[in-house]
Amino acid sequence: MARRSSGNTSGRIIERFVEPLAAPGLALIVIIAWQLAVPALGLSEFVLPTPSQIIARMAKDYTLLLKHASVTLLEVLGGFAIAVAAGIPTALLIFYSRIFERAVYPLLIAEQAIPKVALAPLVVLYLGYGWAPKIFLAFLIGYFPIVVSTVVGLQSLDPAMVSLVRSMGATRWQTFIKIRLPAALPNLFGGLKLAIALAVIGAVIGEYVAAEKGLGYLQLQANSQFDTTLNFATVVAIAMLGVLLFAMVRLAERAFVFRREVR
Amino acid sequence: MSAAVRPIEHPQARHGAGVEIDSVTKSYPVRNGADVAALSPTTLTIAPGEFVAVVGPSGCGKSTLLSMIAGLTDPTTGCVRIDGETVTKPHPKVGVVFQSDLLLYWRTVADNILLPVEIKGWHRDDYRTRMTALLEQVGLEEFAQKYPGELSGGMRQRVAICRALIQQPGLLLMDEPFGALDALTREQMIIDLQSMWGALDNTVLFITHSIDEAVFLADRVLVMSPRPGRIALDLRVEFDRPRKWRVHKEPAFQEHVARVRAIFEAAGVLAERDE
Repeated sequence: MARRSSGNTSGRIIERFVEPLAAPGLALIVIIAWQLAVPALGLSEFVLPTPSQIIARMAKDYTLLLKHASVTLLEVLGGFAIAVAAGIPTALLIFYSRIFERAVYPLLIAEQAIPKVALAPLVVLYLGYGWAPKIFLAFLIGYFPIVVSTVVGLQSLDPAMVSLVRSMGATRWQTFIKIRLPAALPNLFGGLKLAIALAVIGAVIGEYVAAEKGLGYLQLQANSQFDTTLNFATVVAIAMLGVLLFAMVRLAERAFVFRREVR
Repeated sequence: MSAAVRPIEHPQARHGAGVEIDSVTKSYPVRNGADVAALSPTTLTIAPGEFVAVVGPSGCGKSTLLSMIAGLTDPTTGCVRIDGETVTKPHPKVGVVFQSDLLLYWRTVADNILLPVEIKGWHRDDYRTRMTALLEQVGLEEFAQKYPGELSGGMRQRVAICRALIQQPGLLLMDEPFGALDALTREQMIIDLQSMWGALDNTVLFITHSIDEAVFLADRVLVMSPRPGRIALDLRVEFDRPRKWRVHKEPAFQEHVARVRAIFEAAGVLAERDE
């Protein structure tokens, strides 16, 4: 925090009490402005519902929202779990095998260049209307960031560190487990956080294309019935789901990764 | 070494290890061209318990020499023996200190020092007493549960030295260990290293590019000249130990320094240019 002098009292007060409230405060201002602007502009609920109408609708229809949210949640978790289970071994192979890196890395980058939205109809064509295409899309979109950030993490170790443990007689496995993997964890978790946020998008896209349940499906239903308030309520629910999942990965990160600032 | 072997229970194992460097050369292949020689044929014997400093400019092959003794690099020809055993991989009697401390930031000072013990599969508890003793020796006994990020550069390098000494190495290799420290910290580290070494009796090979540092610390200074690296001078330094800092002012000290400088000037490493 070299940008300002936090030495003086007012600076410290700002740092302690105002900064943590900056983001919620700004959000509150936007919501209040929205709440006041809708009646002022004479807009109907059908065109643009107010925040209070959206919140009221969420409270009223919370069982419906929860039912569909639990479907989307399972799709996201399924896709994310597969992305982790496949992504970390892929990263290890890329790191430890030169030929694998040469063969697979360019293809992975090409795969990443394809917009996953464009693949969704094809995935549905091959995997049908059930859980599979949503989980697959969540996996596909989360896989790449996990692979790339894990590879970067594995490469981040100072080569002198490897010399050090080799001089102690470390085996390759010890080198990996004692220094390479711990050094890779901050990057790995960076990838996991990206992946969980993206996996939500993957699952919802899958639901847009073909589904009978899930928040994406509910939103399309609301759309076709011109129920704008429910439409907004679903968007909020998707956002809440994303934030919740992201927070869970953050918690895991806190437990496993040593705070870098203390370095 | 099997898990049953606990050097700490054998005080007689503390004697320094002897090193023989037998017609060792090192060259590196270069793309489209002949190999580049990093080290000319070198033969050298280091007696057990000797403190040997190797001084030379960058690129003179001194780090290559250390790396080969550490078993991290294979010589192109010739061989290195430690206590008569040919080095083909890192030798269990050797501890290494590098230029940067290389502490693991996610481990406490104590856990960093015990890393070699863990890697060798020994019992950590057998080494806690020794760890505390080492930390006391370097004045860091209160820092055992701190993280490296909470320590200064000099303190971190002290911890790195403790880590190299935890396994009671017969041979301690130090590759410009104080090169990254500021001048004052460095001076203190030189003084402390001497007193630590006085309490041990292991062999030390200390690499530096500081002539003063080499002459002050070592029983024997090997001066290397570059391209390709070779030992240009093998100088005995016989001041009483423990040496006081004022040794720097003695005429004999100045003479030694001048002899080393003369080698570097002749090799074109040091030159005073007139306007």
